[in-house]
Amino acid sequence: MVSRNSLSGPLDPAPDAGYVDPPPRKGFFTDTSVCIGCKACEVACKEWNGVPSDGLNLLGMSFDNTGMLGADSWRHVAFIEQARPIGAQSAPFADLPTGPSGSAAAAAVVEAGVVATGHAPGLGTRGKQEPVADAAADSAESATAFLGMPTATLPGAGGDVAARTDLRWLMASDVCKHCTHAACLDVCPTGSLFRTEFGTVVVQQDICNGCGYCVSACPYGVIDKRETDGRAWKCTLCYDRLKGDMEPACAKACPTESIQFGDLDELRERADRRLEQLHGSGVQEARLYGHDENDGVGGDGAFFLLLDEPEVYGLPPDPIVSTKDLPDMWRRAGLAAAVMAVGVVSAFVGGRR
Amino acid sequence: MPEADFQSYYGRAILKPPVWKHDVAIYLFTGGLAASSSMLAAGADLTGRPALRRAGRASAMGALVASTFFLVKDLGRPERFLNMLRVAKVTSPMSVGTWILTAYGGAAGVAAVSEASRLPAVRDRLGVLSGPAVAVGRPAGLAAAAIAPALATYTAVLLADTAVPSWHEAYRQLPFLFAGSAMASGAGMGLIAAGAADVGPARRLAVMGAAMEMAGARSVRHTMGLLSEPYLRGRPARLLQAGEVLTATGVAGALLGGRSRVVRTVSGICLLAASLATRFGIFEGGVESTKDPKYVVVPQRERMALRESQAKREAELADQRQRTETVTPSGLAGTSSPTTG
Repeated sequence: MVSRNSLSGPLDPAPDAGYVDPPPRKGFFTDTSVCIGCKACEVACKEWNGVPSDGLNLLGMSFDNTGMLGADSWRHVAFIEQARPIGAQSAPFADLPTGPSGSAAAAAVVEAGVVATGHAPGLGTRGKQEPVADAAADSAESATAFLGMPTATLPGAGGDVAARTDLRWLMASDVCKHCTHAACLDVCPTGSLFRTEFGTVVVQQDICNGCGYCVSACPYGVIDKRETDGRAWKCTLCYDRLKGDMEPACAKACPTESIQFGDLDELRERADRRLEQLHGSGVQEARLYGHDENDGVGGDGAFFLLLDEPEVYGLPPDPIVSTKDLPDMWRRAGLAAAVMAVGVVSAFVGGRR
Repeated sequence: MPEADFQSYYGRAILKPPVWKHDVAIYLFTGGLAASSSMLAAGADLTGRPALRRAGRASAMGALVASTFFLVKDLGRPERFLNMLRVAKVTSPMSVGTWILTAYGGAAGVAAVSEASRLPAVRDRLGVLSGPAVAVGRPAGLAAAAIAPALATYTAVLLADTAVPSWHEAYRQLPFLFAGSAMASGAGMGLIAAGAADVGPARRLAVMGAAMEMAGARSVRHTMGLLSEPYLRGRPARLLQAGEVLTATGVAGALLGGRSRVVRTVSGICLLAASLATRFGIFEGGVESTKDPKYVVVPQRERMALRESQAKREAELADQRQRTETVTPSGLAGTSSPTTG
């Protein structure tokens, strides 16, 4: 079933792999804007799939002690703390009063904020934030108020606008991307890695001989060799559950529906709508990652909505499947082989001795 | 080189470092040595140089056994090495290589056994079979030599067809570098084994191989921008420098002191060591490039910026074209314009 786009470009992978009339391609849309970093996905994945411990590691960098995806971590929740606001969420911060809570001024500010943002807490809107700022400015003139935002000292001890900083936490549950053009699958010399009828990529553990080629081929650093067992392991998108018409364990366990499972076409539409909604709410930094079927891997089966550049989450900004250049590589190897052959022949015929 | 400005997740690596151990680096060397040894042996067989033929076939057999050993040893499940033969995939350089090595191994093995059957002790035991055993050596040796160039160069594709930044970026140079390295190491074997009267082919091959090996390594070290950096620092840099010095020494010895057996042997050892050092340098430089996220992020960002500026320029050009078309009066556009009328 080799087609023109078999190595790169838009493609429906299951029919390309030879399936006749396969079910719709399945995937994940991970909307990181609603991830709360609870790691239920990591736990559910380990429990369902029997993934062993990845060690009791304290990485000392954040609330993330998993670090990255690997043979024993098929979901990984990244945690990033930044001194900047999310969209319009805390934009009025600089204007807000500080000081003890319960004052009349604080009550006025909170009331104004509730009126302004309506019943959608969390994400404020750019257009409607002015009343908050106005109220803040009014109340700042009369008194200071404590709003219960996190500080490093006792609440109100600073008592000073300058002592406060903007803050946002980014949390994102990373997973195998189940690429349209999966380098791990392309380079697997035993046929252990295969494309399922759902368009996902799975390792057959009874075949894998631990050659490790897939580990170096993955442009996302997902798949790895389990040292205790010698074979390569990664997310299967719960192939066994899919066979039983169930959603993958991580999506099932996610309490905020940050991890959404479904038909890839439908997920892509849903992601577009969510992106539009966030942009409309003033979260201009929202962007999709891995959704574009014209990207370097032909689009990901598991794609993301991010609130910062991909590399901030430990994702490559512009991955390209290595096999895209493979025809050119073979051509060059053939040329070099020809040069070598000519060289040896000429070494024998080129002189008298 | 100025320090690159880029963002990352707490400075952690994006890619996994290769799980391949030094077994694979050694195999790059032994595979190349086996290939060029077979080619030299075939040439020696056709041109009547028995000492070189014997040494070439023996060296090919030794390197072949070593190659197979290190390849199997590097597997996470060595007992499953035969699973490599369940499929044949052109998208997997390792699968292609397995079949190349299998085909080559059969031919080179027969050639080596045929060579052994020429030994007086073996010949006497074989009796009537000794004739055919010797006769099969030439076709088998020629078959091995025909497959050999593929064996020497596919390993370049093996490394380049990965996400390892400093291997993949080098995919244009690596086949020539590896072919040159293989030729130089085979020549080293030839210099050690051949007598003073037969040393010509090995000497000429040494010069050609060394030139390709050095040019390839230089190109990898100096033309890939940020992705050359791993080859210019620490152990990979020292290995590649050692390779260059050893290559130069070996070639100089082969050209200037060819009449002395000692000088030839030392030159041959230098060329073999040079090939080994260069393979280790290339291998380790790639491994280093997976450990720092800058080798992933910075080149990819540059690629994105380039693509964006190209798209912008194209859009501007299209815009300009459209404007000139609309400005041109239809009367002057003539009959060639499809918008006229």
